[in-house]
Amino acid sequence: MGAHASNTKRIWQVFIYLSVLTIVEVILGILKPDALFHNELFSLSYLNWIFIILTIVKAYYIMWAFMHLEGEKSSFRWSIVAPMVFLIAYLVCLLLIEGEYIHDVFKTSSMRWIF
Amino acid sequence: MGATVTTAATKEKIWEGGEDIHPLGASYGKMMMWFFILSDSLTFAGFLAAYGFTRFKFMDSWPIADEVFNHFPFMHGTDAPMYYVALMTFILIFSSVTMVLAVDAGHQMKKKKVATYMLLTIVGGLVFVGSQAWEWKNFITGTYGAVETRGGEILQFVDKDGKRLALADFADTTMAREDAALTKNKGVWGMSGGSNTSVSLSQVKAGLEKNPDVLIRTQHTVPGNKHEKITLNREQTLQRANDFKFVVEGANLVRNEYGHKSFGDLFFFITGFHGFHVSVGVLLNIIIFFNVLLGTYEKRRTYEMVEKVGLYWHFVDLVWVFVFTFFYLV
Repeated sequence: MGAHASNTKRIWQVFIYLSVLTIVEVILGILKPDALFHNELFSLSYLNWIFIILTIVKAYYIMWAFMHLEGEKSSFRWSIVAPMVFLIAYLVCLLLIEGEYIHDVFKTSSMRWIF
Repeated sequence: MGATVTTAATKEKIWEGGEDIHPLGASYGKMMMWFFILSDSLTFAGFLAAYGFTRFKFMDSWPIADEVFNHFPFMHGTDAPMYYVALMTFILIFSSVTMVLAVDAGHQMKKKKVATYMLLTIVGGLVFVGSQAWEWKNFITGTYGAVETRGGEILQFVDKDGKRLALADFADTTMAREDAALTKNKGVWGMSGGSNTSVSLSQVKAGLEKNPDVLIRTQHTVPGNKHEKITLNREQTLQRANDFKFVVEGANLVRNEYGHKSFGDLFFFITGFHGFHVSVGVLLNIIIFFNVLLGTYEKRRTYEMVEKVGLYWHFVDLVWVFVFTFFYLV
């Protein structure tokens, strides 16, 4: 919590960051530049990588500034953020790899979509 | 009862991390709110990971989000992808700002300011839930309509330039329907069947044969380009008409006109679960708002309760940021 001083300046600053990030996402989502849209890195287009990274940056600002993790003790911060980051990254990795594998099995199997 | 309560009866001192150490440096209530948020975010991560899994699994037959979510209030018929959800995102971020301002005012024990900001947060939350209801309404009603094949594939219709056609644009409605709905007012009791779609399957088929410009667009994407669906030529279109099974308008939990069946289910489930969280958040905010007005926290000499509910409210915003990305952008 820190001092009982007002944090309004920081709050509006973070609001502007979040707004700018969202506007950038929306503009990219509408324009869909070909170079980013059609080229891939690890089965994901560059555009999607940008969206995901910007989203994580937004999540960082929401958690650190609005939810005030930046003012908590680092042990408390770690007890929340570490399980979240590791478990989610683990789950997402497994499921996405598996999803793509099943997709390939469907595509190359002897059973075809005939109707 | 006495036998089950163990700690209250004993005089033993509970270890609190040592005198003046306070390992986590947070009050019990705040700590538990955070751990609830941790577990809840893992739940949402599970849902979104399931969405990613399903989408990777059906990578070449997944609907294109821009074509599904392209409505904006008072702008009928215009193609406005994203603007509406972007607006919803701003509403929620802004209500997060008013919430954090309420917490900030609470630290300075300014009752009136806390109450004002809480009220603004509640209004923001209600506007967001209302927006989501409108979004659901559009999703459920649908725009163009489609046909499902025997194999469960969704076929949409386009004209020669690739512009989407609604079923009503070409279906032959002069023909009698073959599927009159079985309803009580027609003297059919205890039976269900027929359909409540605006046009029947044979009307669609007849219309397709009559209009040489109508082509079928399949659920599958062009090889090598995940962002473009395969359009059949006229000959293939007529041949494909033999596989027609259902007329699909809008979306429900069984089928939807946008494409793969899982898409509708995941949309309803994930945005619904998030909407439920927002509703609960609004309810909690209202309770806290009245407590502020009654001076409960003034008496406690601390507005920490506003902070705890604020954490939940920011969490709802946090989840939306991810739902926005994975449903609408990616």
